[in-house]
Amino acid sequence: MTDQQTFSLDGKSIAFEDGDTIMDAALRSGEYIPHLCHNPEFKPHGSCRVCIVNVNGRHVSSCTFPASQDLKVESNTAEIKQKRQSLLQMLFVEGNHVCPGCEKSGACQLQAVAYYCDMLSPHFTHFFPRREVDASHHDFLIDYNRCIVCELCVRASNDVDGKQVFSIQQRGIQRHLAVNSDSGRLGDTSFSKTDKAAHVCPVGAILPKDIGYNQPIGHRLYDRQPISQVGDVAANDKTLQEEDTPHG
Amino acid sequence: MSLETANHPEKLKRIAIEPLTRVEGHGKVTLLQDENNQIQQARLHIAEFRGFEKFIQGRPYWELPVLVQRLCGICPVSHHLAAAKATDILVNATISSTAEKIRRLMHYGQTLQSHALHFFHLCSPDLLFGYDDEVRHRNIVGVIEDHPEIAKQGVMLRKYGQEVIRLTSGKRVHGTGAIPGGVNKSLNREEVNFLQKDIGQIVQWARDAVELIKGIIDQQPEYHKSFATIESNMLSLVDAGGGLDIYDGNLRAMDADGQAIFDQVSVLDYEQYIGEGIKNWSYMKFPFIKSIGPENGWYRVGPLARVNNCDFIETPLAEAERVKFKAFNQDKPVHAVLAYHWARLIELLYCTEAIQVLLDDPEISGNDLVNKGELQTKGIGVIEAPRGTLFHHYEINEDGLVEKANLIVSTTNNNQAMNESIRQVAVQYLDGNELTEPLLNQVEVAIRAYDPCLSCATHAMGKMPLELELLNASGETVNRLFKHSDGHFS
Repeated sequence: MTDQQTFSLDGKSIAFEDGDTIMDAALRSGEYIPHLCHNPEFKPHGSCRVCIVNVNGRHVSSCTFPASQDLKVESNTAEIKQKRQSLLQMLFVEGNHVCPGCEKSGACQLQAVAYYCDMLSPHFTHFFPRREVDASHHDFLIDYNRCIVCELCVRASNDVDGKQVFSIQQRGIQRHLAVNSDSGRLGDTSFSKTDKAAHVCPVGAILPKDIGYNQPIGHRLYDRQPISQVGDVAANDKTLQEEDTPHG
Repeated sequence: MSLETANHPEKLKRIAIEPLTRVEGHGKVTLLQDENNQIQQARLHIAEFRGFEKFIQGRPYWELPVLVQRLCGICPVSHHLAAAKATDILVNATISSTAEKIRRLMHYGQTLQSHALHFFHLCSPDLLFGYDDEVRHRNIVGVIEDHPEIAKQGVMLRKYGQEVIRLTSGKRVHGTGAIPGGVNKSLNREEVNFLQKDIGQIVQWARDAVELIKGIIDQQPEYHKSFATIESNMLSLVDAGGGLDIYDGNLRAMDADGQAIFDQVSVLDYEQYIGEGIKNWSYMKFPFIKSIGPENGWYRVGPLARVNNCDFIETPLAEAERVKFKAFNQDKPVHAVLAYHWARLIELLYCTEAIQVLLDDPEISGNDLVNKGELQTKGIGVIEAPRGTLFHHYEINEDGLVEKANLIVSTTNNNQAMNESIRQVAVQYLDGNELTEPLLNQVEVAIRAYDPCLSCATHAMGKMPLELELLNASGETVNRLFKHSDGHFS
């Protein structure tokens, strides 16, 4: 069709519809742009900045920037790759992301995106913040060490579950996830294992209890295929639930 | 005379062997000599600090088998399995037959690789070339040059053990196979076939290794009997029938004459039988048998203790070698420090035979992998690591987070014994001599026999007494501050 709207992504022509962001159109076309705070089921957030692209010479987040005719979008360039690596390195050092001991390793979006972007060392000095684990809920725990403040759980609890279990407190480097209960503990909220908010965390911050390492190394989500092919953790959540049972 | 603490250390000449070479982790030995070159003080120091007991506090219990194995890169499987056994109790599970057999296979694989590494890579240069061989030649490269077949067998034995670990735990180092209540995988047909292919050759090489150490001992039997030899109590696990068991069982402690101090004690009661002392010059604790007391209740663990303590070994080739081993000292306990190597290689042979038996067992391919019950708050797991008895003790809260942990690591159990052995060497070989590298290597030869893993043995935090000394330019003490184990200063 001659009136098909398109823009170029790394030289490829990408079709888009009215209201699409660059990310929407790229994902629909099967083109992967790395991202962490974005989940197509929720309103774009644009906070992690990992989906940064160069549009006609400007740096923008592709999950929030509207697609328009004849845009020239560059994603897979050395310059953008370097920026993504730096963003990821900052995320790694701000929290306590200890992949070798983390039960989410191999099925963690932060780790998978870092591998995809060739981020193989933290570069910056670790903050080693002192953070707690909240295991007060019967079925789920929050390990604040691994939270990247993507706000997907906040959005899911507000927009889908209608519970407002989570919120964000403070600003700047002090910004962190909080639980809306008098005690500040998850066990004192109406959070349930069937909530949408229980199944959107891209990292190992909100986890079902007692699962741990049931899934052997080599059989995990990103052990089998790279994230550019298999997609987000949340999109594969059904698979993850099946994987909870050890295999013979 | 005890050489633990000299009366006037400030007047003595100090010689430090630092770092100790061809051992796991970082440690040093200090020797104080008087003007007549008599040794007045000899100490093994563990200069590293690990602190796992502290920083696993607040973590979920199901992480334990994976977190604590990071203590070590040589025998992580020991920590992985000891923690898994403790978490079995936390989830109130009796593990399935398949799970136990997969874990045993993993443990035999790791004991095989660790023993092979220790004997061939680290110690065989001393035994094949002599403690006074030129330093540049006295190493594994020298073994490869002079005895290529022995070196190759050592490397291949270790490699096979690593492959067993990989297939049972997912990785050669730091796998995740054992989980609370069982394992996360069994072996498929292809994996079993892969291991079965070489096991016959591996058993044969293990037999050759036992012959090798016997030949070495036969050349200098008196040296091997007397070098750094001390008499001690010995502690190990044994199975319900008194046989060798490195994965499970009950505690048995024997005195130097081979008489039982206690026997078939449940590991859950270990605290009633084993105490832990501390000294102001080491990060490593000093465990002792409570009924004897801290002064004389120290004991040895590891291959020497296990082969001495057990009544039999269930596999025929290793059992035949155990009988010959015991005959070395007329069926009394063998106390020679260098006999650790002999016992180690008998165990290496046992592991290869036990792997062979398990590979023929269809249950290693079973599907019944995990059992779980009601969450408990206290779990204790004990295993025989390659270097000796390893205790993991955890207490968790009702949310499943760790509140308290106590690890008594194999090398910690041997702490006093290693110190006694280097003092024995000091008296036997060093007294009255100007200290040269070959003489100092004798000290290391004694320590190496125990196969210490120094880094994994230091955990107590906040309890360690410490001494701070301010010296002037002439080395005289100007001021001194002492922090006691209860935290107060004087």
